[in-house]
Amino acid sequence: MLQGWLQIAFFCAVLVACVPLLGGYMARVFRNETVFLSRVLGPVERGIYRLLRVDLSREQDWKSYGTSLLVVSLLFWIALYAILRTQTLHPFNPEGFHSGTWDVSFNTVSSFLTNTNWQYYGGETTMSYFSQMAGLAVQNFISAAVGIVVVVALIRGIVARREGNHGLGNFWQDLTRTTLYVLLPISLLGAVLLMSQGVIQSFSHSVGFTSLNGTSGSLAMGPVASQEAIKELGTNGGGFFNVNSAFPFENPTGLSNFIELFLILSIPTSLTYTFGRMVGSRRQGWAIFSVMSALFVAGVVVVYLAEQHGTPAQHLAGVNTHHVAGSTGGNMEGKDQRFGIANSGLWTAVTTVTSCGAVNAAFESLTGIGGLVPFANLSASETIFGGVGTGLYSMLLFVILAVFIGGLMVGRTPEYLGKKIEACEIKLVSLGVLFTPIAALVGAALATGTKYGGPSVYAEGPQGFSESMYAYMSQANNNGSAFAGYTGYYQPNPGNLGAHGISFADLLGGLTMMTARYVPILVVLAVAGSLVRKNVAPVGLGTMRTDTPTFVVLLGGVIVLVGALTFFPALLLGPIVQGLTNQVF
Amino acid sequence: MRRELTTSILAVVVFTVLLGLLYPFAVWGIGQVAFPGKADGSQIHMDGRVIGSTLIGQDFSKHPEYFQSRPSATGYSTSATYFANRGPNQASTVAFYRTELARYVARERRYVPGLTAAQVPVDAVTTSASGVDPHISTANALIQAHRIAAVRQLPLDRVHRLIDDHTDGRFAGLLGEPGVNVVELNIALDKEAPAT
Repeated sequence: MLQGWLQIAFFCAVLVACVPLLGGYMARVFRNETVFLSRVLGPVERGIYRLLRVDLSREQDWKSYGTSLLVVSLLFWIALYAILRTQTLHPFNPEGFHSGTWDVSFNTVSSFLTNTNWQYYGGETTMSYFSQMAGLAVQNFISAAVGIVVVVALIRGIVARREGNHGLGNFWQDLTRTTLYVLLPISLLGAVLLMSQGVIQSFSHSVGFTSLNGTSGSLAMGPVASQEAIKELGTNGGGFFNVNSAFPFENPTGLSNFIELFLILSIPTSLTYTFGRMVGSRRQGWAIFSVMSALFVAGVVVVYLAEQHGTPAQHLAGVNTHHVAGSTGGNMEGKDQRFGIANSGLWTAVTTVTSCGAVNAAFESLTGIGGLVPFANLSASETIFGGVGTGLYSMLLFVILAVFIGGLMVGRTPEYLGKKIEACEIKLVSLGVLFTPIAALVGAALATGTKYGGPSVYAEGPQGFSESMYAYMSQANNNGSAFAGYTGYYQPNPGNLGAHGISFADLLGGLTMMTARYVPILVVLAVAGSLVRKNVAPVGLGTMRTDTPTFVVLLGGVIVLVGALTFFPALLLGPIVQGLTNQVF
Repeated sequence: MRRELTTSILAVVVFTVLLGLLYPFAVWGIGQVAFPGKADGSQIHMDGRVIGSTLIGQDFSKHPEYFQSRPSATGYSTSATYFANRGPNQASTVAFYRTELARYVARERRYVPGLTAAQVPVDAVTTSASGVDPHISTANALIQAHRIAAVRQLPLDRVHRLIDDHTDGRFAGLLGEPGVNVVELNIALDKEAPAT
């Protein structure tokens, strides 16, 4: 296991080292300053403003900012739905795939618009190259950028010190700069690095072959590398292939695995530093980073130890799960040899603290306690690093809540970075903090309490409950990883011919994703709109500091407590039962 | 509002062209120039035909003269992939492992006298995630080496050397887990000592 811990420690060290670099760079991008890429991308940026007829002199207040966001999201929704429903008419459809059904397409579109990338479809068996790159991958960029611009607007609301100007910035400028200066260049670099490891990027028809043993097969092709890079960087997670980053054409080597893990966490971790820079106190950023890191590392340790232990089914059957010479041992069910236990465990934690949801191992086959880690991470409502942008704004809602609770405990007026926290903000914050868990629980209750959820479930016993519960927690948190036995469609033939969806699961999931994405976004923008109007109070003896270890502990406690109180009873019925028993079902 | 709508419609078009067409084609162009073989799937050619990819495992279960890959939910399909979804506490999972263990021990015991189920490495009886895992653990390969040496009438240390040659180590000795590439190893075996 030492080798495994070493890999995990190395990964964390590289990540932490990059936080100030990328974080500082993003701060300059969001302050609309010139950066080293401006020389190349500046003309493109100005060209886009001209094409879109954007008036840069106009700063938008929170309502206007939110309106732009909603209108463009709605149009992208319609465009993507149209693309998925007209697949037979596309170019770049060498396999001649038929279009998705209305219900599966509804789910898929809602899924990619909201940065969830929940997949009720098999990538390589239903999606044309055109749908993948011009439909789904475009949303990988846009949904990531939308998440980021919302937190940027919130930060501007927190730091604003101007009288009479209630602007949060210009949505179009933020969207363009985030895409052009942050997402696109890193994705391009990432895609090239991934190709060097063997990730494919091809527009050809699948390649037929006759294997050594004489049977014939065909290698699925596609523009994978370009999509893989942004899928990880934008914490999207929707695989080109059905088995996602476990498939060697998406993730062929130990190094590609490292690169992909790095891409997933790079922006969510760095944004804490960006935050520190933008509010003028790096300590504030590091304080938030510390809370996130502590909760993240705890998850990694638990999942690695649990997976190394093996499952009751393996022990009952007499499988030796101990480490022996030439084999790592552990629960290798649903894991590939080149990743082993350590990298599969690390990935499981990384992809569920962020809202990524890409997987390199099968969650359904995790041990009970190992599977509890994704559940626990989702219970924290994206506050542990979280999705790009969404993670930090969810965390900032919890920060305001913690400031309020701390203020009540010591009898001081709650304020955060000089802005008074009052009834209006606390009402909004409560709505924002509770909305995602409520959406998850209502979805799961409807799916398990009515007969309509039944057809989606695969496994017997508590595992079946875990599947349903996880499906709605994942969709509400816009994560997209799955206990993949749970399904929303049937595909009897290749090429999507005669496929049909399970409308209940498709619609309920789609609505869960959409509401749990856009309600919190509007709440956050409203909080920003409220904070931007407030005067900054000078720091005094009565101010509760938010960059101290005490506050870090308080904030971590609030997150764990809210998550545990909300989800503990439900988790008892699934993963905890499975983790505590050696019985099989 | 009207202006907002115009901007939004234009944004959908502009960003779709930039991110959905220009970007993937740029990546494709770079791939074709810098990594032509890899970007096209690391195909293995033999006698002018494609016989697979170095990254994609193949099923050899009907051929005892070859090293055996791990169990797969998809039968090593490369056109439709899915997980086996075997839960940790499922009775069906226990039954599956018992069958796989018995099969493995029955196959190898002739060549490794006294082989017990407890000596079988876990990767040999568990389904991989991808369904096309190209690798097996070194421990797994070393057990199978006895069978290969006997069937192909090769000295055991020659088989060991071939295993060594086709073991993909960790990147820089640090990242990932070592694994023996079964397809490449079996191709090398055919070259070294064609099976009769």
